Amino acid sequence: MSSLAGTGALVRLALRRDRIVLVVFIVVLVVMVGASASATVKLYPSEASRVAAAGAVNSSTATLAMYGPIHDATSIGALSTFKLGIMGAVAVAVLALFLVVRHTRTEEETGRLELLGATVVGRRAPLTAALLVASGASLVAGAGTALGLIAVGMPTAGAILMGLGFACLGIAFAAVAGVTAQLVKSARTAAGLAGVVLGVSYLMRGIGDASAGNGLGWISWPSPIGWWQQTRPFAGDRWWVLALLLGVAVAACVLAYVLATRRDFAAGLLPDRPGPAAAVASLRSPLALAWRLQRGTFFAWAAVFVVVGLVFGGLTSSVSSFLTSPQATDFIIKLGGVQGVRDAFLATELGMTGVMAAVYGVQAAMRLRSEEAALRTEPLLATAVGRTKWAWSHLAIAVVGAALLLVAAGVSAGLVSALQVGDIDQFGRVLVAALVQIPAVWLIIGIVVAAFGLVPRLIVVGWVALAGFVLLGEFGALFDLSRVIMDISPFTHVPRMPGGDFAVAPLLWLTAIAAGLFVLGLAGFRRRDVG
Amino acid sequence: MDAAVTIEKLTKSFGGTRALDGLDLEVKVGEIHGLLGPNGAGKTTTIRVLLGLLHADSGVARLLGGDPWRDVERLHRRLAYVPGEVVLWPNLTGGEVIDLLGRLRGGLDTKRRADLLERFELDPTKKARAYSKGNRQKVALVAALSSDVELLLLDEPTAGLDPLMDAVFRECIVERREQGHTALLSSHILSEVEALADRVSIIRDGRTVEVGSLAEMRHLARLSISADLAAAPDGLSTLPGVHDLRVDGRHAEFMVDPGSLDRVLGTLASAGVISLTSQPPTLEELFLRHYGDQQPTTHAEDAVRS
Repeated sequence: MSSLAGTGALVRLALRRDRIVLVVFIVVLVVMVGASASATVKLYPSEASRVAAAGAVNSSTATLAMYGPIHDATSIGALSTFKLGIMGAVAVAVLALFLVVRHTRTEEETGRLELLGATVVGRRAPLTAALLVASGASLVAGAGTALGLIAVGMPTAGAILMGLGFACLGIAFAAVAGVTAQLVKSARTAAGLAGVVLGVSYLMRGIGDASAGNGLGWISWPSPIGWWQQTRPFAGDRWWVLALLLGVAVAACVLAYVLATRRDFAAGLLPDRPGPAAAVASLRSPLALAWRLQRGTFFAWAAVFVVVGLVFGGLTSSVSSFLTSPQATDFIIKLGGVQGVRDAFLATELGMTGVMAAVYGVQAAMRLRSEEAALRTEPLLATAVGRTKWAWSHLAIAVVGAALLLVAAGVSAGLVSALQVGDIDQFGRVLVAALVQIPAVWLIIGIVVAAFGLVPRLIVVGWVALAGFVLLGEFGALFDLSRVIMDISPFTHVPRMPGGDFAVAPLLWLTAIAAGLFVLGLAGFRRRDVG
Repeated sequence: MDAAVTIEKLTKSFGGTRALDGLDLEVKVGEIHGLLGPNGAGKTTTIRVLLGLLHADSGVARLLGGDPWRDVERLHRRLAYVPGEVVLWPNLTGGEVIDLLGRLRGGLDTKRRADLLERFELDPTKKARAYSKGNRQKVALVAALSSDVELLLLDEPTAGLDPLMDAVFRECIVERREQGHTALLSSHILSEVEALADRVSIIRDGRTVEVGSLAEMRHLARLSISADLAAAPDGLSTLPGVHDLRVDGRHAEFMVDPGSLDRVLGTLASAGVISLTSQPPTLEELFLRHYGDQQPTTHAEDAVRS
């Protein structure tokens, strides 16, 4: 039997299972990229207006850290894609890494691969099939993006380079996930590790771009996302940089196959060590179990939040180093001086940590459904544990955990920022700015809870809602959406701090809506069948 | 109160599929009650209704004098459950899972826990992801049997156990019965139910088709006869009540309805009986009586081989 036997069948199986999510993902991506490019053209009809806009982008530390610089201020393509270019590239990378983990380690962990493995399926077939599916999806997403950009009138060469960049970054992260899926036994950890690589890569690019004025631009160079950005579509079209991404993909693939052939089925690289023969005295409640199951994930996130806080806080002082161009001077005056620019930067970045905390909260709350679907809830509910008590175990981890993460980011950003500005009051201002995100995050967790109680099959609406809110926040203004639509997103109502006016009313009613969703979801869960 | 479980006319549908269709079940206190049925008959659904995990559409379900849907916490302190498919938390050890489930149930007997670990030869220090199916099953069994509860709900509890462990399981259940505990044992493994159950409910397509002790049921079922005769038998194939007749020269094997035994013996005697063995119906045969799509009629002619 060839070690690749059955690959074709596995690819077809994966496509059959993922047909809806792949189509939806790619269509949304292509439409968003194309539509935002087309909207930008309308927004900035003259070259002068584009140069001014690009100048504003390049002089804002916040936008540089989030999206990177615009390398050619006169290029309509570069301005049109400066946000969705990098967001789309990251989205394709996330899709690719999830696809690979989903069709390798998840299948192994659940034992489904064992069922398939007993048929005519070669040793290397599952990994190969997963890499093919993820690479194929990345290529289709890239091709769609290129066609979409050409269709709205962007220069052909830049559009093709943008699409190829998406595809190459996706393929590179598919290969990275191929490696992490071999290292550890848990699919969750495998996806998490690949996610950390992606996150660090994004963060390094952000630090490098935001600190370029201080001569630290090189920090974005060891980052695959940095390389993607250095292809500079519509602003010089450096095709050769794609080779770096493909190099990473090839190297990671080789490593993944070497690791895959050296380990046993369902094993990681490290053998399981024996654990305690009896449970510690504290493991005596559903909450203790939920904490035990989720604490590793929480500590990993906490580390990320502390680092992100340090980075964002640390960039406070570099804000002024960009304030040299005439456009930037305009910008400063509009925002109310250097203090205003710093505040605007921190408010943007802390808004980003709010979104990250929501991502944590959604995945933590979704444990409810994944535990239930895996039949692990049943033995617990067969003991003297009531449904509400069990549900609160994972919810507490989500609700309290998300709040603690924001505290962590607020404290670390506040400390560093206060040191840089030389004003102890800055600490409190930054911490409060992090904490005001909490009610919006709770509301999004509430959506997951409501779905869990009322329509558990559609639990994925938690992710859909979060993605929708982020897109509204990022692109609502670009598409000139009406206030009513923008107001759907809870993040719209978060006071813009520091710098903005603190308002307690939206925080209270965001919390109230969150509480209402919790009550609704838990009531639904008490009434429905489990399983 | 002398019934641990009372179910009357219970129905439960999932979408268009009717999993329970008027099921009746009574488990008396102190008995081991077998719940027999093939895959998909409704055994697991019944147990999950009793655990308050599923809400029945109609009918009555009573458990230890309470309502399984409403009185969850109070009732669950008095019962232990072994699921048919044991899924554990991959990064917890077997010992941790046993302790956790025992504590959540309201406490476990550490001496009995140690004794059960030894009897089931289970290593409690292994991570759950490293256990085989049989070992996961043992974790669930030790967790359930370590608690001092009145009622055991066992859903195909020996799936994946080897014959030695199967024997240990039977010993444990017999001990529990001697202590006056009650168990509802769902199974499609007939020898297991035959060895353990005082009474059996046979269910099919969500309905109870037969209830009683095995002795009672056997009266209703055919005997299996094997006879060596002095001459080839004559006329057996035309006798009413004779089924699955196979004649090989002077040897005959067949099934006979209890009511026709007398005439059959007469026919055999006229051919001259050299040896004769008669066996009561096995549970398999009881089972087939309810699961053959129709009651097999006399196809003796077809069955004759010579």
